[in-house]
Amino acid sequence: MADEEKDRSMELQKEMLAEHFRRLEAAPETGEPVVYTFVPGNLTELVRSFGALPVLPEINALQSAMRGKSQAYIAAAEKAGHSEDVCSYVKCDIGMSKAGNIGPTGTRLPKPDLLLLSYTGCFTFMKWFELLREEYHCPTVFLQIPYQGDGTETPAQRAYVARQIRETLIPALEKATGRRYDEEKLRESLALSAAAEDDLVAVLQSAKKTPSPIDAYFGAVYYVGPIFSAFRGTPEGAAYYRTLRQEVEQRAARGEGPATPAGRLDRQKYRLVVEGPPNWTHFREFWRMFAEEGAVVVASTYSKVGGTYDFGFRHDPADPLGTLADYCSGCYTNLNLPSRVAMIEAYVKQYNADGFLIHSVKSCNSFSAGQLPILREVERRTGVPGAFIESDLVDARYFSAANLKNRLESYFQMLEARRAGAAAV
Amino acid sequence: MNCFVGIDLGSTTTKAVVLDEGGEVLGRGITNSRSNYDLAAELARTEAFVSARFRLLQREVEKTAGGAALERLLAAFRLEQMLVQLASLEAGIAEEVGRSVAPGLRRAAGEAVGEIFRRFAAEEELRFADPDPPARSDFFRDAAGSAYARLAEELEQMSGVTFDLLIGLYDKCIVRVENEPLELGFREHIGKALARAGGQSPVRAAVEAAVCADLGVGATVGTGYGRARLPFPREQIRSEILCHGLGAHILFPGTRTVLDIGGQDTKAIQVDPQGIVTSFQMNDRCAAGCGRYLGYIADEMNMGLHELGPLALTSRRPVKISSTCTVFAGAELRERLSLGEKREDILAGLHRAVILRAMSLVARSGGISDEFTFTGGVARNLAAVRALEGLVAENYGKRTINISADSIYTGALGAAHFARRGAAA
Repeated sequence: MADEEKDRSMELQKEMLAEHFRRLEAAPETGEPVVYTFVPGNLTELVRSFGALPVLPEINALQSAMRGKSQAYIAAAEKAGHSEDVCSYVKCDIGMSKAGNIGPTGTRLPKPDLLLLSYTGCFTFMKWFELLREEYHCPTVFLQIPYQGDGTETPAQRAYVARQIRETLIPALEKATGRRYDEEKLRESLALSAAAEDDLVAVLQSAKKTPSPIDAYFGAVYYVGPIFSAFRGTPEGAAYYRTLRQEVEQRAARGEGPATPAGRLDRQKYRLVVEGPPNWTHFREFWRMFAEEGAVVVASTYSKVGGTYDFGFRHDPADPLGTLADYCSGCYTNLNLPSRVAMIEAYVKQYNADGFLIHSVKSCNSFSAGQLPILREVERRTGVPGAFIESDLVDARYFSAANLKNRLESYFQMLEARRAGAAAV
Repeated sequence: MNCFVGIDLGSTTTKAVVLDEGGEVLGRGITNSRSNYDLAAELARTEAFVSARFRLLQREVEKTAGGAALERLLAAFRLEQMLVQLASLEAGIAEEVGRSVAPGLRRAAGEAVGEIFRRFAAEEELRFADPDPPARSDFFRDAAGSAYARLAEELEQMSGVTFDLLIGLYDKCIVRVENEPLELGFREHIGKALARAGGQSPVRAAVEAAVCADLGVGATVGTGYGRARLPFPREQIRSEILCHGLGAHILFPGTRTVLDIGGQDTKAIQVDPQGIVTSFQMNDRCAAGCGRYLGYIADEMNMGLHELGPLALTSRRPVKISSTCTVFAGAELRERLSLGEKREDILAGLHRAVILRAMSLVARSGGISDEFTFTGGVARNLAAVRALEGLVAENYGKRTINISADSIYTGALGAAHFARRGAAA
């Protein structure tokens, strides 16, 4: 990916991540406190306002998979008694900790001072942290985040979450870090978040252009990296998104497509919306199956798991705890099926998509349950044909390249044939 | 004449269809896919062209000498092909006897093998003489294998050469013989066949015309799992989903839903009135409930694949089976047998389980609202068809179910029509 490597944003991200992992490795010496937490509903601004460093186990799992390490970790977890049917993120993480807790970049990860579960819609997350609590014997906070069964967060739900943050989480963080809660610091951080979120939304919405200057699924995985992990609300994070936005806007002005494993994708034959997380063990091979056929993803739900900013939500410095409550409740996987259908429908229409694809993963019930009804309903509302493919997050045993390629090619040829048919009528 | 060729490189069999300029089917060919797609494609194609010349011959002969004369000629031609392959197999086995059989046993083994082939050839002659010979597999490997095993068993007593030794010789040689690009050409065998069938002069003239007919290839389209092996440019490769959709439409123009149960996948396809695919579903990550599953069952029961359906149809009390896991098929079967279930009842249950699984895909693809066409190798199995008829009626009410005797060629037929359409465009 020659073009991509030249991008300043890519280098920035690399430096930021490397620095973060260096600090994590040194944490036992420097005394910087460490909080393990998950991407959906992550409270990075609050955690960092206490001077603590976040560790995101599912990001470590996916990065281990991208570096070809997940299979050994999964095997180690299965050897320790975890069934083949357990979420592969969990097994990858458990396997990694058993292998000395060496993170994906090769540095050792510190033990947590606090386990913070700020999104409970994924039942597996709860069990995962129970396992980690057994392992590390550290304080654990479980915030109860109400499911958005009616499609909106009620004032009572909002107050309930904010109260838990104030009454349970903040005291726990004070205890774990030895620092006092500093609301001014949190407000500053939230303002930086909002700025980065504006820039990220501009980047993601650039895909409305033709040709799209970004790939909003495979490419967006890199774009959302900093804001979904440790850098939301940090000056480095805000700077990264400013840079990224400039690059994307320049690319759009030049009429260029995104860099892909099959070269720069300027000639875009199919504009797609994708639902569901990608496969990480064969990430580039998977992406190549799209790029080689001239398919660019213009919008995806996965790039919203760390925040559905394109529908207007921004972190609000004026109401720090309320805004964090809104953020936790608005996680993509905390939305009910009608909300998800409406979101995909909006993407198909607003981004002028030729088709939409559901990538269902064996490991993730939060994502996968209800995907077929979603497919049918979006097809009905948009008249755009959908397709369904399956593999897994980080367990390579469930990735059948021949099968996926066969389905994708069939799907693209179907879009082509329908287009030709429509032109003939 | 300009012909259009479709080749479907399936996981179990490779099929070829040749069309004339008007889109009429001229010829078909089928062979085992083996592990050699190049050879399989070449053999199927050769056979399709041989049968195309027969079709030309038929058109001519029907005008003059009538259909019966042609039937005899075709049977004689097949016999000639068979005898050539048997001779090749016999030579191979004789060589193997010299190479690997203990010196003391060589003579007896050589004689036993000679006797097997003498009897075999005589049986083939009898088969030719029989106006209504019993059904058998299309493939040399299967037809020769079962006859050889039977004769070896018969001769074991008489010759003092063990069955195991004789069968071992066959196993060593069949793959090589099967993979030899045998001369199965039309010109080579038709003369001998004509002499054997005793053709009259109008037939002779028609044969001469068919031998000399110029069958040029206007365009070829390939499909199936081995499609990437075909030496065609990308535009000449179509996914089997599209080919099956179009093929089913050509066979039955009223088709709106297609179910194809092939060796390794099951596809449910919805097509529009032009035969263009509008949506499809395929089996998920494993091949449970596909044709290969029945293949394993046949192996486990020591039966031919084509014998399963007829036995299942004799069942009076089908066993309820829900697992269609191919890997566990053997265990499932033995468990049932050990419980004292009858073979036919188990088989009836297995067929129903296969179809139940397929029905779930049909439902996912959009159900059956109109004419329904069942294709693929499994559509030749009457027990599967009966189970399907029952379940379709149960779930969707009365629907027209189309099954073509040539349903195994549906993908290749669709591919050939894509070739013809492409050439016209």
